[in-house]
Amino acid sequence: MLDSNKDALKLEAMKRIVAMIARGKNASDLFPAVVKNVACKNIEVKKLVYVYLVRYAEEQQDLALLSISTFQRGLKDPNQLIRASALRVLSSIRVTIIVPIMMLAIKEAASDMSPYVRKTAAHAIPKLYSLDPEQKDQLIEVIEKLLADKTTLVAGSVVMAFEEVCPERIDLIHKNYRKLCNLLIDVEEWGQVVIINMLTRYARTQFLNPNINDEDEDEEKEKQAEVSALAKRKPYVMDPDHRLLLRNTKPLLQSRNAAVVMAVAQLYFHLAPKAEVGVIAKALVRLLRKICQFISIILNNFLFRLLQGMFEPYLKSFYIRSTDPTQIKILKLEVLTNLANETNISTILREFQTYIKSMDKDFVAATIQAIGRCATNIGEVRDTCLNGLVQLLSNRDELVVAESVVVIKKLLQMQPEKHSDIIKHMAKLTDNIQVPMARASILWLIGEYCEHVPKIAPDVLRKMAKSFTNEEDIVKLQIINLAAKLYLTNSKQTKLLTQYVLNLAKYDQNYDIRDRARFIRQLIVPTEKSGALSKYAKKLFLALKPAPVLESPFKDRDHFQLGSLSHLLNAKAGGYQELPDWPESAPDPSVRNVEVKESVRAVGTVTYRDTGAPRAQQTEGSREPDTGSGSESVSVSVESGSPSDSEESEESSESDEDEEEEEKEKKKKKKEIKQIFAPVFTQRLINEGHSVPDVSFQTIAPSSALKNYELLHRITGEGLSVEYCFSRQAFSPDANMVAVQMHFTNNATSDTKNLHIEDVKLQSGMRVKEFAEIELLPAGEATTAVMGVDFCDSTQAANFQLCTHTRKFFVSIQPPVGELMRPVFLTENEFKKEQSELREEVQHIQEVSYNINTSLNEHAIVQRVTTAANLSRVPCGSDKECRFAGKTVTSGSLVLATVATKDEGAAQLTVNCEKMVIGTMLVKDLLLALTQ
Amino acid sequence: MIHSLFLVNASGDIFLEKHWKSVVSRSVCDYFFEAQERATEPENVPPVISTPHHYLISVLRHRIYFVAVIQSEVPPLFVIEFLHRVVDTFQDYFGVCTEAAIKDNVVVVYELLEEMLDNGFPLATESNILKELIKPPTILRTMVNTITGSTNVGEQLPTGQLSVVPWRRTGVKYTNNEAYFDVVEEIDAIIDKSGSTITAEIQGVIDACVKLTGMPDLTLSFMNPRLLDDVSFHPCVRFKRWEAERILSFIPPDGNFRLLSYHVSSQNLVAIPVYVKHNITFREGSSQGRFDLTLGPKQTMGKAVEAVLVSSQLPRGVLNANLNPSQGTYTFDPVTKLLTWDVGKINPQKLPSLKGTMSLQAGASKPDENPTINIQLKIQQMAISGLKVNRLDMYGEKYKPFKGIKYMTKAGKSVSSYLFEFLFI
Repeated sequence: MLDSNKDALKLEAMKRIVAMIARGKNASDLFPAVVKNVACKNIEVKKLVYVYLVRYAEEQQDLALLSISTFQRGLKDPNQLIRASALRVLSSIRVTIIVPIMMLAIKEAASDMSPYVRKTAAHAIPKLYSLDPEQKDQLIEVIEKLLADKTTLVAGSVVMAFEEVCPERIDLIHKNYRKLCNLLIDVEEWGQVVIINMLTRYARTQFLNPNINDEDEDEEKEKQAEVSALAKRKPYVMDPDHRLLLRNTKPLLQSRNAAVVMAVAQLYFHLAPKAEVGVIAKALVRLLRKICQFISIILNNFLFRLLQGMFEPYLKSFYIRSTDPTQIKILKLEVLTNLANETNISTILREFQTYIKSMDKDFVAATIQAIGRCATNIGEVRDTCLNGLVQLLSNRDELVVAESVVVIKKLLQMQPEKHSDIIKHMAKLTDNIQVPMARASILWLIGEYCEHVPKIAPDVLRKMAKSFTNEEDIVKLQIINLAAKLYLTNSKQTKLLTQYVLNLAKYDQNYDIRDRARFIRQLIVPTEKSGALSKYAKKLFLALKPAPVLESPFKDRDHFQLGSLSHLLNAKAGGYQELPDWPESAPDPSVRNVEVKESVRAVGTVTYRDTGAPRAQQTEGSREPDTGSGSESVSVSVESGSPSDSEESEESSESDEDEEEEEKEKKKKKKEIKQIFAPVFTQRLINEGHSVPDVSFQTIAPSSALKNYELLHRITGEGLSVEYCFSRQAFSPDANMVAVQMHFTNNATSDTKNLHIEDVKLQSGMRVKEFAEIELLPAGEATTAVMGVDFCDSTQAANFQLCTHTRKFFVSIQPPVGELMRPVFLTENEFKKEQSELREEVQHIQEVSYNINTSLNEHAIVQRVTTAANLSRVPCGSDKECRFAGKTVTSGSLVLATVATKDEGAAQLTVNCEKMVIGTMLVKDLLLALTQ
Repeated sequence: MIHSLFLVNASGDIFLEKHWKSVVSRSVCDYFFEAQERATEPENVPPVISTPHHYLISVLRHRIYFVAVIQSEVPPLFVIEFLHRVVDTFQDYFGVCTEAAIKDNVVVVYELLEEMLDNGFPLATESNILKELIKPPTILRTMVNTITGSTNVGEQLPTGQLSVVPWRRTGVKYTNNEAYFDVVEEIDAIIDKSGSTITAEIQGVIDACVKLTGMPDLTLSFMNPRLLDDVSFHPCVRFKRWEAERILSFIPPDGNFRLLSYHVSSQNLVAIPVYVKHNITFREGSSQGRFDLTLGPKQTMGKAVEAVLVSSQLPRGVLNANLNPSQGTYTFDPVTKLLTWDVGKINPQKLPSLKGTMSLQAGASKPDENPTINIQLKIQQMAISGLKVNRLDMYGEKYKPFKGIKYMTKAGKSVSSYLFEFLFI
């Protein structure tokens, strides 16, 4: 049928073949007939042929080569999906001869336009690696390239490739670390798991242990702790990148995917300060409820981590249900036992009692052992437990009794003095109990503590001697032991009995017993030959035995990475990457800074952030300058607390790689927005080009002092320092530009000449009107110049080079959103009309509540809003509401803001703007300004 | 990552195998069968089995074992989660995920598996994308296909994977625009002999069926979001918005999906909708035992308790039970000693009861285990936690959709009443 001309017939044939493959039947002899059809036009036939090829190409390499040209053609197809699928199949047929072709294809695809093809390339890398490990170096190059990729689609796959091919090349991650952290939330679930696991390992090598001195110190805050290991003895401050990782992974705890949750949990477990680990408990307990199978794995993973008490509030979630499989029951029991402490022990014990009545005998036995463990761990309840267990001795079920005896024996060993009555009781039980282990335990107990029960012990021995021949081996051994001990303590009564027992043992079938009997006879029965040892016989037998420690079988798994296969199996699985220990001292954090030239320093870089979640300090700065000229080192870190600073991101650096940094900045921003709006909107934002400029605006002098931003620091600029501010004046040459007033100061000893701008790098649509060249700036003098920038209504930075006659400095200007608009006068009615029109669009409402004590009166509100944004006040009748209006500089979209004061320290801020992004960002800025 | 996948049915036959890397012989499953034999119950097969060269990770769903073969380190939950996703996809495609269904659609299954994993690493698992790649079989399409010889594979190449909203395909069109949300809650409770609650938890999910044209942007708000203690979302839900405003804002996937699962904090007292009066005694010496069970509704806010099913594992000593139900039917399996009583709807006027005697093995002593009673039930139009959806709004599209919200309460795995005698303390 495959030779037929009709696609339908071919399809039918292929379907049958695939069904054969699925069932595991060998269809390899059809290979030549199938491979012909690889060029078939019909997509479905093609697909099935691919399935077949991938399965059998390895076995028939020569014939498989016939199909290669088809794929090579596919790689050049204009359709990205066809390119991707061709690469996929090409890399999946494991034929060593085509390795060079594959290599070439992967390299090409890695720089493909389409992220989907790049993703496929990332997938192909481990395939090629497994086929030919010698290509490793070349593949690493490709991986490096792909790691720098900025799309979420690629991130997961390339990290997977990284993990498979070169997990040891941690240095490749440095430059992409922050990007990966920021992209994480948008990566597809499976990629998230891989990335999180990789980042855990990475963080372990790059950051300091946050718990390093929590052990004895009160866990105040890791910031106050001291890292004694460091020579400098500087206070421990969590690396901002470390914090970034923790913060960005936290939302993923709410993922629906158990694997992601688990990955985050292990990340927190391994990386977070002790005080913060607790957040994972809730999410894990949620997983527990989900599906039984998850349970066993999660429980396994977390058993011995529990003692931290983080699960204590969820104690009841671990109560056992009668419908749980035994395996789960036992694991849950384990958890309960570990969770037990002084406060909750009574509830747990009560729960345990109910379990004893269960029909599942294995489970009952495990429960009794658990009770024993609780009793050893918690001294207070030891007596209660013991009493309970003793009562269990009268249980009808033999297994229960036997198990209890064994546990009681262990418990008694801890404090035998008090419990001679229990020993007596147990002695009586020997008549009834048949389980050998239990009998042996009782005998051992009696022998060990025969002093406490001097009357009964010989009697027990007598009974045992009678039944000696019928006992199990383990019991026989204990009988011999008992006899020996009694002989030593109470030889008068038991001498004959012991002799009798030993004689019986001498002729036992088991050589172990015979040996033991012979040994003991020599030891204890004084003869003339054996002088030396028998003196010590009593010491030997009745030495104080250390009480046993009741341990759970689930110990010693700590050294594996949590949640890994190795951890679960408690054995190293193939390809397991050891989780490295924390480094003694932190490696240079600057490696994560995106690549910059040697003579560069960035001063006080603050990343854009949203106001919603409380955030810890995040500074990207603190880089030591590495140029030699300045003897003092400048490291600026900006506190997140002060909103005026944190809202804009200001950068000055002087390298032509600068736009990379910008890119990253932009990325972050885009992402933030994306989380707030639908991704569609993001798309729209990007596609947004120029809009028609609007007619002139009135210019209003700002009512408050202008804020100055630093463009070039004195030290970086070798004496030249530049500050800029948004003057809020109309920029006369072009109404669509924002006026930026620059203030040059020459602190150097020599004159600066020919100050001008060069090499402007902008996002599409943006324009810059340069200031006229300043020919001379004498030493110690200062001057100002105004330049115009059309930011295209986005807060993306304008990058350019500031040139003097000797040097060039890379600088960038980034506007706060409030400067992207200019005021416009509206009457109250006009305002309302415009607002209602805009309301059709999305409105951003944020409730602001500010402290009434700071008494934000009307004036203060106006002051603050106008400082934060270049808006004008709309006259209005009510004193409860303040209205502001403005238009964006480039597109002239209306921006309306309303602050409505409500009762007692609450106020509502409403911003209407047809530009979603501007609106949201403005809301944040204003919020900050108002709540400051 | 995942090397191969074997599907094993209840009788221990491998009926499907798929390899993503080089072929792994099916003899590797022998280790699995060994473990299966050792396990007393089907669920007791350990999820991860270690063999000399491979690791087997298995999932049991719909009486089919999905056994994944792993060669190197990978988080086990990753594999398990993926296997569950495979099952869900099959279910989505074929309605049921049985051996027969898989065998009938073996080609589609194979195509699906091919798309879902590439080299053992998940590629496309969103059902929306898969459905664009491979059309699910319907009766009509099967017929058309056999006649015309056309195919299940989409003629057009999908764009979903490339779009910014990976879970939703573009160009969705419906004549009736509808969005339905089902709030389904499950109570898990353990009640002791005297009727007091030991633990009670409410687990809830919101399942959605959204059939809306275009790219709608929905927001769903609750009257009482504080009830929700712990939540996990479909990836489409914007997390920031939830954190800040407790509003679910999302672009929904097309079709059926689980929007949210939540847990109601146990601090809020959970009202158990039914009570049980029981009297189960065994007399010492005689071979008879009495069995007396009465059910009644409580705190159901006037809603009927439906589909009640009581089951109880009686002690091993019980030979037979001779009972008389006031409504419904009961069965007693003398081998497993499982008593099930299908009660149906509880009528508050006439409470259902099950009375009678149990015969014990002659001469056997009184059983000392106490039976547990499991109750399954359903209450329509009520979410037991009191969770209420406040409103559902749509942005981004012009039409008015039809919206519907349904509530339901179910008993979870175990609303069980443990009948115990206390031993100590």
